[in-house]
Amino acid sequence: MSSSKNMTLNLKVWRQKSKDAEGKMVDYQLKDVSPDSSFLEMMDQLNEELIAKGDDPVAFDHDCREGICGMCSLMINGRPHGPEDETTTCQLHMRKFSEGDTVVIEPFRARPFPVLRDLIIDRTALDTIMQAGGFVSVNTGNAAEASAVAICKCDSDLAMDAASCVGCGSCVAVCKNASAMLFVSAKVSQLALLPQGQVERRDRVLNMVKKMDELGFGNCTNEKECEAVCPKGIKITNIARLNREYMSAALF
Amino acid sequence: MTTSKKLDAKIPSGPIQEMWDKHRFEMKLVNPANKRKYSAIVVGTGLAGGSAAASLAELGYRVEAFCIQDSARRAHSIAAQGGINAAKNYPNDGDSVWRLFYDTVKGGDYRSREANVYRLAQVSNSIIDQCVAQGIPFGRDYSGMLDNRSFGGAQVSRTFYARGQTGQQLLLGAYSAMMKEVGKDKIKLHVRKEMVDLVIINGKARGIIARDLVTGKITRHMADAVILATGGYGNAYYLSTNAMSSNGSAVYRAYKKGAFFANPCFTQIHPTCIPRHGESQSKLTLMSESLRNDGRVWVPKKTNDKRHPSQIPEEERDYYLERIYPSFGNLVPRDVASRNAKNQCDEDKGVGETGLAVNLDFRDAIKRDGLETVKAKYGNLFDMYERITDEDPYQVPMRIYPAIHYTMGGLWVDYNLMSTVEGLFILGEANFSDHGANRLGASALMQGLADGYFVIPYTLGNYFASNKFEAITTDDEAFVEAEKISNQLTDKLLAIKGKLTVDHFHKRLGEVMWEYVGMARNEAGLKKALKEIPKIREEFWQNVRIPGSGEELNIELEKACRVADFLELGELMARDALERVESCGGHFRDESQTDENEALRDDKKFAHVAAWEYKGEGKKPTKHLEELKFEYVPLSQRSYK
Ligand SMILES: Cc1cc2nc3c(=O)[nH]c(=O)nc-3n(C[C@H](O)[C@H](O)[C@H](O)COP(=O)(O)OP(=O)(O)OC[C@H]3O[C@@H](n4cnc5c(N)ncnc54)[C@H](O)[C@@H]3O)c2cc1C
Ligand code: FES
Repeated sequence: MSSSKNMTLNLKVWRQKSKDAEGKMVDYQLKDVSPDSSFLEMMDQLNEELIAKGDDPVAFDHDCREGICGMCSLMINGRPHGPEDETTTCQLHMRKFSEGDTVVIEPFRARPFPVLRDLIIDRTALDTIMQAGGFVSVNTGNAAEASAVAICKCDSDLAMDAASCVGCGSCVAVCKNASAMLFVSAKVSQLALLPQGQVERRDRVLNMVKKMDELGFGNCTNEKECEAVCPKGIKITNIARLNREYMSAALF
Repeated sequence: MTTSKKLDAKIPSGPIQEMWDKHRFEMKLVNPANKRKYSAIVVGTGLAGGSAAASLAELGYRVEAFCIQDSARRAHSIAAQGGINAAKNYPNDGDSVWRLFYDTVKGGDYRSREANVYRLAQVSNSIIDQCVAQGIPFGRDYSGMLDNRSFGGAQVSRTFYARGQTGQQLLLGAYSAMMKEVGKDKIKLHVRKEMVDLVIINGKARGIIARDLVTGKITRHMADAVILATGGYGNAYYLSTNAMSSNGSAVYRAYKKGAFFANPCFTQIHPTCIPRHGESQSKLTLMSESLRNDGRVWVPKKTNDKRHPSQIPEEERDYYLERIYPSFGNLVPRDVASRNAKNQCDEDKGVGETGLAVNLDFRDAIKRDGLETVKAKYGNLFDMYERITDEDPYQVPMRIYPAIHYTMGGLWVDYNLMSTVEGLFILGEANFSDHGANRLGASALMQGLADGYFVIPYTLGNYFASNKFEAITTDDEAFVEAEKISNQLTDKLLAIKGKLTVDHFHKRLGEVMWEYVGMARNEAGLKKALKEIPKIREEFWQNVRIPGSGEELNIELEKACRVADFLELGELMARDALERVESCGGHFRDESQTDENEALRDDKKFAHVAAWEYKGEGKKPTKHLEELKFEYVPLSQRSYK
């Protein structure tokens, strides 16, 4: 729908044909972008035009478009998920941009996240960390009655805050060390705060951190940028808790 | 009416309360040492597939799991907000397994299978136990005990929740259980790998053909059984609340290989979604139905009234739900609220730029209870609304419109969750059995996890122990043939090199589906859909443009394969809707309503499951019937006036 509110944008987009191919930034001018469109709908619009012209569309990851699946990524003007705090790329709207703006769109860059095509990256390293201990080893059928243990609402709420991580990897992308510490600490915290997580508490933190190191993620040097860009507002107090967990586990 | 010989539901004999226990006792077991000799393929890692894959691996079976996303944690289940039902009766308000069973059968408008629903209610409590043990941070009260909320269709509080992110937390629980088994090499997980065909050998499902979405490579995978947990097909309508990659291809291709498709026309439309903003709209966002507790729905009395809502005086507003349904008012069930919103817009009384929306106004609630109270109840929803629409719902009424949300129809399964193809099991939203013609809120999560954690681990064991499995290899002719057909399909799509994009066709299909197979259906409209859909399909196969090749990450090719199937599935949905000349639950036929415009069931003719058998390209599918008997919940008519 063309409307007077609609704008023209100058996009600079990372194009890379495959994992091993060389990539480059390519300029596109996109007209008639509705301010009510989401960022990804703007990308859809670009792709429809590219296909009509006989070009390849820009490949990007997305699925729920509701800010919960963690599939969307994108460095937008140098910031993971763009300029809005606590907002995923799919929930960012074009009204946050203005007529004639230049928008630079790149993939999340980190050594453990190789680019697969254009803006799509491989984040399976995060799953590999989870396999090292991001769970409670309770087999189906083993569970006790759910109300058997009361859990203080305060702990349960804090656990829920940590459990809200969507696993998008923006913390890694923004960190100069490409550390996955915020991601790991969110899971470690969630389970350390709950009685169900106690039995494996020590092994969990040691194994997950070890796996993170093995996979080439860097160390945390307290830059705090991860917290600033996390679309779900995961706090670095979780990293402090992880450090305490790690110290006491390592000493033990 | 007699049940088709091909549809033996294998419901155990005896009283419904004892069926599942008795069946579990009678089913054959696989000796622990022999379990590792059996293998299963699980397609889909949502609540149903994730819980199944983890539980089967824990038992010792060899499991291979597949999903479209880059991680098993991102399945569409992650987006569920409200909660999950269980008959724990913690609030001491009169709940029981029996009541949950009763509410679900009634809520489904008497089109589900009693035995399956009873079992669902029975295992619901174990689900909550399992999830708490996994460390899922459900909402708790100040005493530290689990809290419950109320949901539509029930008079008790039985819904467990984790803020507005229940699906996320439940899925992360199932995903963690999976990761534990992947780490032990008990599950071989394939991400970004899409099943493109089912392989049947000597009458049994023995494997799948998959396409690697990164390299385009087609691969063959064999097992002793195949489990599909691939979710719903609401995206046949293009715009829905489903995730972008939700699709009907896995079930549709299984249908083409002999699995019957049950009640394809049963879809659920959710009344409170954020309306579309324009042409570039790509999906729709749900707003919790709880908003209707305090919001009042209205439209201007005058047609095409473009004034700002604040400029429209009280006497020129039509609170149509309160007017038409004085006793239920704004709290009529989902289907009734949805249909009435559409009627208002059809009469040119819709609001907003597109005219396809109605107002949901909190002015009176704010006046009555104060801003802070309303904020405490709905603050997060109001924020989400503002983020998307850039309007402040404390000042201006929300604009809402119904959207496709869930599909009750799916592949037909028996009591063991096995389809009409031996060794092919269907779990979660992909099957049809538990919700009849309408699903109650918070029951999809319950069903997905019931199927995966507590049903399939037993019934699959029984299937393994009761059957002999010939040694096969992926060089078997059936694999070679299925791979060939899969390659031909992509080659054919890529060779068209037409002028219009995949989305163009998907949108057109969506328009026809929404218009004629949507909220209110009638004979003329459905016949029109049956003419229009094949036309769009024909044009698609002549004029779609898919850039690139099949040997690379190709997002257009992925979409094209799914849309090609929707273009056939949509026709099946319309056909099913046309032949069901009654209204029930989400299926409303204009021809079949009471004098007061309520849905009118025809139990004599239609208390059945319509299961469709594929007969080949261009041929009309055959309809088989499974008679539904209501021995425990007596048939009755719903009324909301
Ligand atoms: C916005 C929203 C809110 C909801 N809220 C609630 C709620 O509060 N309570 C409730 O009970 N229900 C709710 N529902 C419904 C519920 O979320 C779904 O019905 C349920 O999660 C479906 O789970 P599933 O496991 O069957 O499938 P899904 O979660 O859809 O998973 C499908 C899986 O199959 C995979 N897949 C699909 N096709 C293929 C293929 N060809 N090859 C390989 N993999 C494939 C996908 O990758 C995915 O892993 C909600 C739904 C929506 C849309
Ligand atoms: S697409 Fe799911 S979080 Fe953005």
